[in-house]
Amino acid sequence: MKKELVIIGGGPAGLAAAIAAKENGVNEILILERDHELGGILNQCIHNGFGLHTFQEELTGPEYAARFIEKAERLGIEYKLNTMALSITKDRKVTAVSAKEGMFEIEADALILSMGCRERPRGALQIPGYRPAGIYSAGTAQKLVNIEGYMPGREVVILGSGDIGLIMARRMALEGAKVKVVAELMPYSGGLKRNIVQCLSDFDIPLRLNTTVVDIAGKERVEGVTLASVDEKGRPIAGTEEYIPCDTLLLSVGLIPENELSKGIGVALNHVTKGPVVNERMETSVEGVYACGNVLHVHDLVDFVSEEAACAGRYAAEYLAEKRSGISEREVSRIPVIAGYGVRYTVPSSVSVDRMEELLTVRFRVKDVRRNCFISVYADNKRLVHIKRPVMAPGEMEKVMLKKKELQAYKTADSVTVKIEEAED
Amino acid sequence: MTDVIVIGAGVCGTAVARELSKYKLSVMVLEKEEDVCVQTSKANSGIVHAGYDARPGTLMAELNVKGNRMMEELAQKLDIPFVRNGSLVISFEKTASELERLYEQGIRNGVEGMKILTGDEARAMEPNLSKEVKAALFAPTAGIVCPFELNYAFAENAAVNGVEFRFDTEVKNITKTGNGLELDTNQGVYRAGYVVNAAGVYADVLHNMVSGQKIRITPRKGEYMLLDRGVGGFVSHVIFQEPSKYGKGVLVTPTTHGNILLGPTACDIENREGTNTTAEGLSEVREKALRSLPGLPLDQVITSFAGLRAHEDGHEFIIGEAPDVKGFIDCAGIESPGLTSAPAIGLYVADLIAALAGPERNPQFIDTRTGILDPKKLSVKERNRLIRVKPEYGNIVCRCEMVSEGEIMDAIHRPVGARTLDGVKRRTRAGMGRCQSGFCSPKTMEILSREWKLAQSEIRKSGKASGIITGIVKEDRKEDSE
Repeated sequence: MKKELVIIGGGPAGLAAAIAAKENGVNEILILERDHELGGILNQCIHNGFGLHTFQEELTGPEYAARFIEKAERLGIEYKLNTMALSITKDRKVTAVSAKEGMFEIEADALILSMGCRERPRGALQIPGYRPAGIYSAGTAQKLVNIEGYMPGREVVILGSGDIGLIMARRMALEGAKVKVVAELMPYSGGLKRNIVQCLSDFDIPLRLNTTVVDIAGKERVEGVTLASVDEKGRPIAGTEEYIPCDTLLLSVGLIPENELSKGIGVALNHVTKGPVVNERMETSVEGVYACGNVLHVHDLVDFVSEEAACAGRYAAEYLAEKRSGISEREVSRIPVIAGYGVRYTVPSSVSVDRMEELLTVRFRVKDVRRNCFISVYADNKRLVHIKRPVMAPGEMEKVMLKKKELQAYKTADSVTVKIEEAED
Repeated sequence: MTDVIVIGAGVCGTAVARELSKYKLSVMVLEKEEDVCVQTSKANSGIVHAGYDARPGTLMAELNVKGNRMMEELAQKLDIPFVRNGSLVISFEKTASELERLYEQGIRNGVEGMKILTGDEARAMEPNLSKEVKAALFAPTAGIVCPFELNYAFAENAAVNGVEFRFDTEVKNITKTGNGLELDTNQGVYRAGYVVNAAGVYADVLHNMVSGQKIRITPRKGEYMLLDRGVGGFVSHVIFQEPSKYGKGVLVTPTTHGNILLGPTACDIENREGTNTTAEGLSEVREKALRSLPGLPLDQVITSFAGLRAHEDGHEFIIGEAPDVKGFIDCAGIESPGLTSAPAIGLYVADLIAALAGPERNPQFIDTRTGILDPKKLSVKERNRLIRVKPEYGNIVCRCEMVSEGEIMDAIHRPVGARTLDGVKRRTRAGMGRCQSGFCSPKTMEILSREWKLAQSEIRKSGKASGIITGIVKEDRKEDSE
């Protein structure tokens, strides 16, 4: 089988990328989705708050997904459900398997990676204790409650204040469970401020910062966990232990982009985001392979996933059009985009002034909570952007816009650096 | 009345049961848990030791070397992952006296092909070894085996040959009768001519119920960490540390499924169910493993666990008829190299009972077993043929280990099949990967519930009280408001 564009994953990123590619002239598109329906993790996110940026209204996850699914259907975009991509080669041959079609191969002219992410499990944290039933990653619990209709427990402690953990604190409380505490290792929450207010404060669920789980009791089912305060390096402080009886421990301790297929292709990965390194066109280090959504870097808001994925779809379409008209990959000089002081990473990590559009969105996260600071962008030593922000937190993705006309003068710069600067007196 | 009752469905109990099924004997295995391979056998290093560790002249030394030699043929017959990848005992000392002692001991125990290497020679074999390594003892006959698979293979093959398994059956008391032994269990009374005590960390409890010559088993905890398959190429041999002023070392080894395993610690405890990990234990594993391999990618840990070795005071296998109890055969104190020795222990115990009972050979004995079919090992053509016949083999349930629904159904329906999430995991690897069952557990629960015709609320992880869910969503609330 041959396709112009194969998209791995039919969640919000894959759908938005497919739609944009179709609207930009790609005819043969195929989405491979491992689940039995399109929409990805949105299908289990039955709470509202999705789409404020995209549609200026508050939708539930399934509603938000439905808008994209309907559009993809309307545009006649082909997809295969219950289909697992097993491997991908550097020359974009995808091997997949499904119960219906068995194993098959697709040769793609271009590829978009949109496999999403997975939750960091208990084992990765090396929390000591027993390994009983009753320990779930928050997303697994969300699936059990919202999709399967099962209660994973009645007395709950949540470790990690990532958004899924916060959402599940509220969800479990609404279903009659007692959520005793949300413990967070860091001195700040990893989730969106609005979720802390709406999911914890409104339900009188305490959030304990600088706190972690140091022991899990119960050989067969969780019977309780021991919490302890941690020092500035995250190490438990002796003498601060507190035993909390519970039958369930939910973990919301980080998401990891799922790049096993990307590694097989040979795509270069960023060690901070654990996602592919991409340029201003969302193209990875392998020609014709694009990445977007949570497989690229973990987002907080699906609106930005859709926006980013639409770019990837559009650029993949451009790439295919150039290929059709015989333009081979041009030699392009790119300036590295560097995460400077206070910034964990940037996406993209390089920019070509010639190939960029009038405005380029650079997304990034700060390393820790910052108040009354500036986001600055430098081309070499010249400051191009300087925006004051009252507060920035690692749990909320930031962005800054680069203007092509401003960068024109710095085509030969060694780097473009995004950094945080303290307020000047 | 059963001819032989084996207590414990760990690797030794099932190895004994399988060897006994070669005779015309009625054999039954009683297990207090709900599956085979859920206690000591499930949490160990999976190493097939060469045999230089045990004191010459001991049963431990004899059965270790013998078990090692049996492993190849057994792995082939029973379709078990086994690799003879060789081991290195590394030394950080200037003088290699401890390595020389082990070498001499190995020679006396009959270990073949050993060699003492310089640090550089060892690093040529294992490039990630520490620069501080001064010498190493290389033993080419050491290997790795999947400990679960070895246990399941013994059990399944035994079952096919007529051995009966009784799970959730805990022996509460043992008494001598005129013509054998009577076992009082939570599921009623069982009588047998011979009883094999393969009860792991409880072997002393059972022995002491009926024998006046007491033995003592101490649970010796070992904590481990497992690394993602993505970094599986980091080492290729089993790497031990020579005991030193830093205490007993930990090993680093590849597993037969391509992960890297680190551990174990050694800590004597009281609690025979104390399989919890500890902050101290895990940090000891990390520190010691880093000493062997400073570049070890510890950010790739996907899980940690602890197992309990059945340490007997004399550090020797106690195998044989209790002197004061006719027909009561101990298989006690089976700690490392217990897994390696298991095939030889099975044979040893069966020979012993055969000599006492004088049974005829079972001419119908089937000596081969086929493991769960892994579609990944088939050609595309064969795999597609399989999926056409049974489409479930095309439905991937566990995305980290790429395990299909067909394999999970096979694990459930084969002899001594999986009844729990962990049972499925250890048989198929579904849930064994980097997401640690986050994605696949709801689907695996659904398959278990469908195939066993059980409600989801009856699906357990491992153990009677290990239910995964506590109720149905709206039902829970109704109950609360009533």
